[in-house]
Amino acid sequence: MSDVVLELKDLHTHFFTDSGEVPAVDGVSLTVHKGEVVGVVGESGCGKSVTSLSVMQLVPNPPGKIVDGEINFKDENLVHASKKRMKEIRGNEIAMIFQEPMTSLDPLFTIGNQLIEGLRLHEKISKKEARNRSIELLKLVGIPRADQVVDEYPHQLSGGMRQRVMIAMSMACNPELLIADEPTTALDVTIQAQILDLMRNLNKEKETAIMLITHDLGVVAEICDRVVVMYAGKVIEEGTTREILKSPNHPYTKGLIRSLPNMKQKEQKLYSIPGTVPKPKMGRVGCRFAPRCEFAFERCFQEDPELFQLENNRSSRCFLNDETEGDVTKNAETTIRN
Amino acid sequence: MLPKMPKPLLEINGLKKYFDVKGGVFGRKVGEVKAVDDVSFTVMEGEILGIVGESGCGKSTTGKSILRLIEPSDGEVKFEDQDITHLDPEEMRKLRRDMQIIFQDPYASLNPRHTVEKIVGEPLLVHGMTSSEDRKKRVKELLEVVGLSGYHASRYPHQFSGGQRQRIGIARALANNPKLIICDEPVSALDVSVQSQILNLMQELREEFHLTYVFIAHDLSVVKHISDRVGVMYLGRMVELTDKDKLYEDPKHPYTQALLSAVPTPDPDEVRERVILEGDVPSPSNPPTGCAFHTRCPRAMDICKEVRPQFEEVEDNHFVACHLYT
Repeated sequence: MSDVVLELKDLHTHFFTDSGEVPAVDGVSLTVHKGEVVGVVGESGCGKSVTSLSVMQLVPNPPGKIVDGEINFKDENLVHASKKRMKEIRGNEIAMIFQEPMTSLDPLFTIGNQLIEGLRLHEKISKKEARNRSIELLKLVGIPRADQVVDEYPHQLSGGMRQRVMIAMSMACNPELLIADEPTTALDVTIQAQILDLMRNLNKEKETAIMLITHDLGVVAEICDRVVVMYAGKVIEEGTTREILKSPNHPYTKGLIRSLPNMKQKEQKLYSIPGTVPKPKMGRVGCRFAPRCEFAFERCFQEDPELFQLENNRSSRCFLNDETEGDVTKNAETTIRN
Repeated sequence: MLPKMPKPLLEINGLKKYFDVKGGVFGRKVGEVKAVDDVSFTVMEGEILGIVGESGCGKSTTGKSILRLIEPSDGEVKFEDQDITHLDPEEMRKLRRDMQIIFQDPYASLNPRHTVEKIVGEPLLVHGMTSSEDRKKRVKELLEVVGLSGYHASRYPHQFSGGQRQRIGIARALANNPKLIICDEPVSALDVSVQSQILNLMQELREEFHLTYVFIAHDLSVVKHISDRVGVMYLGRMVELTDKDKLYEDPKHPYTQALLSAVPTPDPDEVRERVILEGDVPSPSNPPTGCAFHTRCPRAMDICKEVRPQFEEVEDNHFVACHLYT
């Protein structure tokens, strides 16, 4: 398709530490289309943040390095882009918001200064124009008394307001892709609702594609069109939000959804996946989820499953989808039903 | 009162905690932060009372004031019919055998230089188990109760994952067979799949050891799952308190309604009427007059700006502080 904004092909980002090579992102492929909101979901240590930092070439090097794969942003492979070109792209064509709005704003400069800096870096406009644009942007993201807030410092604002400023900053140059790394995790639920609402509106009005990194499946259901589930550095399942949440295919996704406390149901005991998320390490054989998986059979421990393509553009990295494994699949299905 | 919960274990009456704000050249008191402002509730024996609210609403301060880890400014905390707010430190120390706490951050609440045996064994030593043999045995028992193994005793906290550390924190709290455990956001720092393991463990332990929990959290679905009754706090005040089913099916206070509608649920089919609140939580150092919520309330009336609503029982076992129901 021609409307692909971002395409990752078999991306490998490894960290070279004193205790060896750590494959934080171990072969991730995903696409983001124009005007689409894609959620990247996973627990801590699954490589979702490193994936997003890789796109922006913000992985600290050393120790981190993109060792293999392609990052295609509109027919341009960013892996080989020069530093100068990346500077042009960052903030202009691809923008990013981070989890902690306090640490991503400079405490020594006013909100206006920080907005104007970004604007003037990418566009040839006068200071006065940039200031007026900044005030407009602040109004756009719903900040009351925007003309005063421009001259205030980050510490004078609340967490929700700071995140709004971050969004204003990221929207300053009308980027084609917005990468949001856990944008609401540090916020309270009522503020989270406001920010999600704002992001949804910006996505509708400006057709900005959003790649939303989160661990919260509730947030995904609110805002995303498509979901990519990651586990231990790999994509394990992909599909539309509705299908993933309603009929997950991969045992990990199933377990994750079942272990959420539900406000509707009155179950006494929660389902829980035994064990913990494995640490990424080199030379791992077999499916990464196999040691925690209740359906695991011999093959899971010996071979690495491929990403099986299912109907409706879905895919799942699980041998249960392999038709040559007829018996095992049937057995697993009956277990699920019971 | 319900027949199966015969007597209250903990009674809080008009609990207040004001922190002084110092400023100026001489560091004089220039104001007060009303972190907890006149909160009253009762916790029955064997019950799990959930307390929810957004950051800065005073839920953690309430929890810590109950144990007097923070000295309350005013009000009464009665534990087993004894007012504990005026006990001297020595008596308080003895009493803490029955009242324990589990903290949010399993990374910060365990001493990195002590082995698990020392961490879990310390409360035993403090409360008179002097024989190190006995302590070793008890620590091993405790670790097995919380789903770890005896050989973990000789390890250090950094060798464990977040979920395992939280289990160690729970083992430490259980060491002296307490009656009441204050759980201050025990699962907020954990991943979803580990969170459900810890919640299940806490429920099992409650049944096994007849514990009473005060469960403080900001995640409404977690609180709903584990609690029997739930209290909602806003800006240092309790605004609603009732059985969990009543609260989630028929929330009375406009804040509770907004809070519940703001929780994202992982169900794409659910259609909800969403109440998106305007603005932020006001500063507790300068709370609004009257009802603290009136600045953001979609149904605020004139009286809300002037008169603080009483926390009253509007239906059987359903307490609300709102002028709409008086």
